[in-house]
Amino acid sequence: MTALDTAFAATALVAVAGGLLAVTTRHVVHAALWLVVALLGVAGSLLVLGAELVALVLVLVYVGAVVVLVLFALMLTRAPIGPDLAHAAQPWRTVGAALLGAAVALLLGSVLLPLAGDPVQRADVATTQVAGALFGTWVWPFELLSALLLAALVAALAVSRIPREAAS
Amino acid sequence: MIHLAGPYLLATVLVGLGVFGIAVRRNAVLLLVGVELVLSGALVLLVTTQAAGADRWSAGSVLPLFVITIAAAETVLALAVILTAFRQRSRVDLDEPSGEAP
Repeated sequence: MTALDTAFAATALVAVAGGLLAVTTRHVVHAALWLVVALLGVAGSLLVLGAELVALVLVLVYVGAVVVLVLFALMLTRAPIGPDLAHAAQPWRTVGAALLGAAVALLLGSVLLPLAGDPVQRADVATTQVAGALFGTWVWPFELLSALLLAALVAALAVSRIPREAAS
Repeated sequence: MIHLAGPYLLATVLVGLGVFGIAVRRNAVLLLVGVELVLSGALVLLVTTQAAGADRWSAGSVLPLFVITIAAAETVLALAVILTAFRQRSRVDLDEPSGEAP
C-alpha cells in the first residue's frame, strides 16, 4: 500500500457509498444529491490518478450542469418531497435488479482484475500535452463534438415544442 | 507507484451500481442517475489507462472529455423527452402500459 493507494481507497469509498445511496434511497431529491457525492468521489479518484483536467471538467459539467438539470426535471415532474411511494419498487424487482447489477459487476471484475498486475509508476500527463493531443490528433472528433452539442440543443428544443394534442 | 486493482475495482462497482439503478427505478428521471454512474465507471477506466501510461495520443485524457460532453448532450435530450412525456401523460412511471394515457 502506497500513499496513492490509500488516497485512492478513501475517494473510491466516498464514490461507492454515494452511488449506493443514490440508487437505493426512496427520496427522489436525495438521489440526485447523493449522485453529487458519488461524482465528487469519482472526481477525487481521477485526481489521485493524475487527471486534473478530467476531474475539473467532471465537477463542472456533471455536478454543475447535469445534476442541476436532473433537479430541475424532478421539480418540473412534481416529485414528492418525502419518500416516493408512487414509484416504489416491488421486492422481486429489487432482488432482480440486485442480481443483474451483481452479475454485471462480476463479469466486469473477472475480466478486469486479472489485468491488474504489479503496481505501476503513475504517468504524469501535463495539461499542455492533453491540449496538444486534443487540437492535433483529436481535432476532427472535437469539431464533430461541437456539431453534436448543437444538434442536441436544437433537438431538445424541437422535442419540447411538441404540442399537447400531437400524441393523442 | 499505484496498484491498478483499485481503479478497476471502482469502475466495476460503479458500473454494477449503475445497472442496478437503471433496473430498479420506476421514475424516469431517476433512471438517469444510474446512467451517470455507469458513465463515471467508464471514465475511471479510461483515466486508468492514462495513469498506467499505456495510451497513445493522450487518449486516456482526451476520450474522457468526449465522454463527459456526449453524456451531457444525452442527458439534455433525455430530460426533454421525459418532460414532453410528462406534459402529455402527467406521469413519469416507466411501468405504465403505453395505452393508458389519459
